[in-house]
Order: sequence, then C-alpha cells, then structure tokens
Amino acid sequence: MITVLRAGPLTTVQDQGRPGWAHLGVPRSGALDAPALRLANRFVGNPDDAAGLETTMLGCALRFERPALVAVTGAVADIDVDSRPVERLRGCQLFEVPAGGVVDVKRATRGVRSYIAVAGGIAVEPVLGSRSTDTLSGLGPARLADGDTLPVGVPTAAPMLVGEPARPGGELVLGIHLGPRDDWFDTKGLFGSPYRISPLSNRVGSRLAGTALTRTRAGELPSEGVVLGAVQVPADGQPIIFLADHPTTGGYPVVGVIDDVAPLAQAQTGTTVRFRELD
Amino acid sequence: MKIRRVGTAGLLIECPDAQRVEDWRAELWKRRAAGELRVVEIVPGARTVLLDGAAPGTAEALPGWEPAPGGIQAEGPLVEIHTVFDGEDLESVADLWRVTVDTAVRRLVETPLTVAFSGFAPGFAYLRGLADEWAVPRLAAPRPRVPAGSVALAGGYAGIYPTASPGGWRLVGRTDQNLFDVRREHPALLTPGTRVRLVAV
Repeated sequence: MITVLRAGPLTTVQDQGRPGWAHLGVPRSGALDAPALRLANRFVGNPDDAAGLETTMLGCALRFERPALVAVTGAVADIDVDSRPVERLRGCQLFEVPAGGVVDVKRATRGVRSYIAVAGGIAVEPVLGSRSTDTLSGLGPARLADGDTLPVGVPTAAPMLVGEPARPGGELVLGIHLGPRDDWFDTKGLFGSPYRISPLSNRVGSRLAGTALTRTRAGELPSEGVVLGAVQVPADGQPIIFLADHPTTGGYPVVGVIDDVAPLAQAQTGTTVRFRELD
Repeated sequence: MKIRRVGTAGLLIECPDAQRVEDWRAELWKRRAAGELRVVEIVPGARTVLLDGAAPGTAEALPGWEPAPGGIQAEGPLVEIHTVFDGEDLESVADLWRVTVDTAVRRLVETPLTVAFSGFAPGFAYLRGLADEWAVPRLAAPRPRVPAGSVALAGGYAGIYPTASPGGWRLVGRTDQNLFDVRREHPALLTPGTRVRLVAV
C-alpha cells in the first residue's frame, strides 16, 4: 500500500485509457504522455497496460508500506528517496524503496508530467476496463488527495532495461494532417507565425494562443465525433488540440489532426508551437 | 457518399440526414460483429459517422458497404422513460411553441424518439424525432448545475442528463431512471439506435 503524503496540484491514476466507449459519450482518458508511462512500466517489469501515477508540474510525495521497485519517467524532476537524491539515467529514475520509505518527486525543471510506475501496478478498481481518472466525465478514481491510500498489485515479471524516451522541453513542431474540416478555414494562418501554449491547457486539451484562424464559411457544424489530436477551432479562432480527456463529440470544426500528442503532455505554458503539414 | 480523412486512422462518413447516419451506424456495427470491420470506435454524430482507429483498407471497403437507401429500417430496442413534467422551463417551451403547457406535454409523450448519437457526458443521448419547427434555443446563460435525470430540450433534440452537470438545455421534466451505471453489463440505458418514449407519471 502507498500513502499519499503530498498530492501536488493534480496527480491522477492513469493507464492506457478506456477506448471503445466513445459511442456512449465516454472519453478515452489515459496517460497524456502514453509512451512515458509505457516506458516506466517496462522498467519495473509491468505490462504496458498497468496503471501508474501522472503528476502535474509540482510532483508528489508518497510513503511505501512495503519494499517496492519504482521507475519515474516523463518530465525532468529531482527525486529524493528518504531525503537522498536519485540519479536519472536513460531518461528514467529507477530505484528500490525500502519498507516505510518516502519518495518525493519534486518540481519539473523540464516538461510537465512525471509518470511513476510501481512494480505490480497501482491496483485501484477498474471502471469500464481502465483505472484512469477522467477529469472531464469524472469516471475512474478521484484525483489524489493528501492522506489517500493506494493498493499495489503483485509484480508479475522481471524488470527490463529499455531505451531512452524523447526528451521533453523546447519548441514544438507538430505534424498535422489537414481535415476533416479544413475547407471551413483559411489554413495559411496555421503555418504562419507560431502559437504559444496557453495557461488554460489541461488534460482535455492544449489551448493555443496566436493567430486567430479565419473562417471561409459561415454557419454551425452539426455535432460530430472527434479523435485524439484533433485541432478544433472554436468561434474565437484560437485552436484547441484535444488530449486524452477530450469530449467524444464536438460542435466546432476540426481543421486538422496532429500525429503525436505526447510532446504536448510535456509542454509548459508559453512553449512555442509550430505546425508542419503532413501528406 | 463522401468520406473525409481524419488523421492517419480516422474516417468520417458524411450523411444527408439523421436516418442515413442511423443506417450507416447499424450497417457498420453489423460488419464489425461479423469480423469484417476492424476499428476501435464507431461514433455517430448528427450528420456523420466517425470510424476511429480503422484498420488499413477500410476506406476502400466502405463504398461496397453502403446501405441501400430506405432499406433495412433497423428497429432498435424500445425504452420508456417515466417522466414527471414539472421542469423549470416547461412554460417557456410552451410559450415558444405558442401552445398551452398541457399541449406541450402531450407533444412530448406522443412523439416517438430515437437516440441519434451520444456525447457531452457518458450516457447522454441526443434524441431525435421532434418536428423541426419545435426546435428551441438553448438558454442564454447555462445553469451551473442541472440535476441528474433532468429531461430537457435544445435545438431539435431532447436529452436526459445522466449526472448532475452545468447545462444550457431547457428543462421540461425529470426521471429517476438510472441513465448510466458503470456496474451494469451495458452501462448506458440509451445507446445509438434505441427507440425512446417519454411516459408521463
């Protein structure tokens, strides 16, 4: 069992989400930086779909009742185990925690979200096949609060040494496939001056601030299904890129779809964003 | 028939009307159940059906699966929603329709409804079937909290709030039926294609 000593501003249980329910209005949810969580799971010998913790900017502190093998990936952040710093190697901090040990994941110095995998996985009750907290619909476990306790599962396999993940931080160039509703816009605006990540961004979407896209046709779009990475353009012309907790349908036109949302999970407020058109 | 690409693994089928959406949705669910279609999500919208996570080759197969116009009118299951018609906006809806409250309620219980698509929240179904001229605008200012079970109207649709949430639809009544329960084998009471009748209690 794990006790949450400091939950941080937004720490949630996440796995690879609950796809397959969108026709009922259930968001996919899951880790925003899915490759980082997968990597952390592999470091401790968990299957890819095991649940870990996703922190936001300021990390969290946890006390482990039993000895545990822990891997932390994603954002670059200092970690103390019982007040002793842990080294980061190959994009990961991998360490053993003794019984009663305290792990303190500190503020992110690069990136935004740390992924904490524990051998055996976080074993909260799944909802519709997933342990993920969905901040839009409220499905899954509540966000962590100080004093919460979390069950840990039984480790099933030996840890693996795996490759280094992409390093978070820096200017982003996002590959975008235009459509399905690019004919509603003058899309040149998308590729002109860069955008910046707005502080209003969250697990539902990365909100961009910059050149407002101009509509080339009037009218309202009847609600239609949307996908992960969809670049939706509301009435004010400022694009929103949908992340894991995005709604399943939307009434604003989608100008394009980006091919990889993981870098956005690690993009701090103010990060410069450019688009590059893909075929 | 027009198909639009949505990223690398998404396809959006455009339909001229809601009945065509229903025809396509039913056809694609059938193809998936038969193992002919490999896809992660089939998401109907107001005038579209989205395929998300479609296997390579799906776009090429779709034209051959086009349901015959006016062909199989798939009859979904029928669900009765026991409704107390005492919504805060019932009078304003009657005023917009230029009828008495009694007539407005009679219209709502006499109109056969069908789930067109879901969205907004898990288990929230957009119900079609109301006449076009009965469309009502959303409230100018959404309520910060609409209670679970509220039966409401907006645009040309009826809907029932599965959970308490903010909302701008006009409230005409309420039901105590559970619209969404993750512990059930089929968590949503109302799924696309389901036929719905509002029954006054």
